[in-house]
Amino acid sequence: MIELKNIRKTFNPGTINEKLALDGVSLRIEEGEFVTVIGGNGAGKSTMLNAIAGTWPVNEGAIVIDDINVTGLSEYRRAKYLGRVFQDPMTGTAASMGIDENLALAARRGKRRGLRWGITKKEREEYREKLAELSLGLEERMSAKVGLLSGGQRQALTLLMATLRKPKILLLDEHTAALDPKTAKTVLETTQRIVSEHHLTTMMVTHNMRDAIHYGNRIIMMNEGKIILNIAGEEKKNLTIEQLLHKFEEVSGEEFTNDQAILSKKDF
Amino acid sequence: MDIGVLFSALPGNIAQGLIWGIMALGVFLTYKILNFADLTVDGSIATGGAVTVVLIISGWSAPAALAVAFAAGVLAGLLTGLLHTMLGIPDILAGILLQIALYSINLNIMGGAANMALSVTQYNLLVSLRYIPKTLLVTGVIILVLISLMYWYFGTEQGSAIRATGTNPAMSRAQGINIDSMKVLALALSNGFVALSGGILAQYQGFSDINMGRGAIVIGLAAVIIGEVIGNALVGKRMNFSIRLLFVVVGAILYYIAIGVVLWLRMPTNNLKLFTAIIVAVFLAVPYLKEKANNSFAKAGRRGNKIS
Ligand SMILES: Nc1ncnc2c1ncn2[C@@H]1O[C@H](COP(=O)(O)OP(=O)(O)O)[C@@H](O)[C@H]1O
Ligand SMILES: [Mg+2]
Repeated sequence: MIELKNIRKTFNPGTINEKLALDGVSLRIEEGEFVTVIGGNGAGKSTMLNAIAGTWPVNEGAIVIDDINVTGLSEYRRAKYLGRVFQDPMTGTAASMGIDENLALAARRGKRRGLRWGITKKEREEYREKLAELSLGLEERMSAKVGLLSGGQRQALTLLMATLRKPKILLLDEHTAALDPKTAKTVLETTQRIVSEHHLTTMMVTHNMRDAIHYGNRIIMMNEGKIILNIAGEEKKNLTIEQLLHKFEEVSGEEFTNDQAILSKKDF
Repeated sequence: MDIGVLFSALPGNIAQGLIWGIMALGVFLTYKILNFADLTVDGSIATGGAVTVVLIISGWSAPAALAVAFAAGVLAGLLTGLLHTMLGIPDILAGILLQIALYSINLNIMGGAANMALSVTQYNLLVSLRYIPKTLLVTGVIILVLISLMYWYFGTEQGSAIRATGTNPAMSRAQGINIDSMKVLALALSNGFVALSGGILAQYQGFSDINMGRGAIVIGLAAVIIGEVIGNALVGKRMNFSIRLLFVVVGAILYYIAIGVVLWLRMPTNNLKLFTAIIVAVFLAVPYLKEKANNSFAKAGRRGNKIS
């Protein structure tokens, strides 16, 4: 369970670049919910996920994960509750380290890192099995440097790293946006499989409305730093892109202006 | 010019290379593993020399004095790390500040003297340029121990966290690594190595000098970079961490052999630093130019002209 209570965040306060990026965001996500997040460019989707991850402190409000108030914890301290996959495939892994070493780093998230071996034989076997489930052949080249992998392989690996130890929340920020459509689909399917296998509480930002409707059991839409739509249950299941766009116009009084969303509407 | 003179100087060159190789391992740790250009070393190598000489003169054994020199280097690196992580001072500047501060501190350690003699006839030293075979043996053993320790440490959870911090700080934070602590730790260790090498160097040359570290960072970088280029050429794909470390030391030895040749050619010693700068610039440029030669607009243009 995660709860955001009236979160506000202003970037560059007091300068001409001042930007109110989160304008009183409140949200409660129950254990095991899979929430997709949509909204135009600059709506505040990444900022909301970064607020949860603790990239910087919020200006107002509270963030509570399973009764633990994490608002005052720095990024590395709350990392133990979180699994994250980023938009840029470069961000989530250490390129000059091996596939197995990256997994071993993730396996120790939130634990004290002492002078025991950074990776054990037993772990390697565990990783081999988990990598095999990705069906990318990575289990055959476990000691290869991650820098040699393609973007899709890196995202799949990051996803595995994020979920190796069950996180209280899985945060996915457009994690397939940098991939070609076919690879994006594979990574999304993998995401779906891992999320349902482990009953992970998940927030997934996507610019693709179809994916937002297809995946997850709840959808929220953001605009100008606010959550303007929140649809769950049966209504979410039967949602169409037309309805979603219509609702957006109704609530915000504007037209939806995300080029990619419009593109994906066309190829719908 | 007698080639025999060149050969008779060789063991001494190798000894110096080994001593500076210890320093270069420290530079490797910050420059390559942590991705941090640390200029503290010019000061901390002299700190190691000053501490060692003062302690041995006041009756300490050479190994005990070296242990304290190591600790003094650790302290210097710790301070650079804290300036950087806690006070937000950029890496190069934090190192320069410590370097300048250490100049005064080193003078104070030596009781205000700019240099202090340490005669091998009066004290029981571990190494000396009078006893080169012993020096080769002692420094060789020390280097093997240090490389083994580094190989072990960077395979541990903590060492892996330092490597991750150097490669991708954002990812490291997301994996719950306190990257500030890792930086401070790595800087402290690195400067410990550097001060240790300063302490050994002071014994070898028979004195410590307030200026003995001037330009040390460039020599350390020269060793790291020469070692990398040569290592990649010789070992290629079979390269692993311990071999990389070994080649850092090889780089330092090759550097001092090159200096030996320069001296043998009777080039004016005033130009040694210039020569060093040129070596480092050349070795830094080689990988860049190689890449560019394969991937340049000039080549693309020639290919394009053939078509049109
Ligand atoms: N670190 C930052 N510094 C300054 N402005 C930022 C920062 N991060 C986001 N913003 C601004 O906040 C707004 C919301 O951005 P973001 O959350 O990235 O949007 P999106 O919904 O497209 O992910 C944008 O106007 C963006 O420019
Ligand atoms: Mg975004």
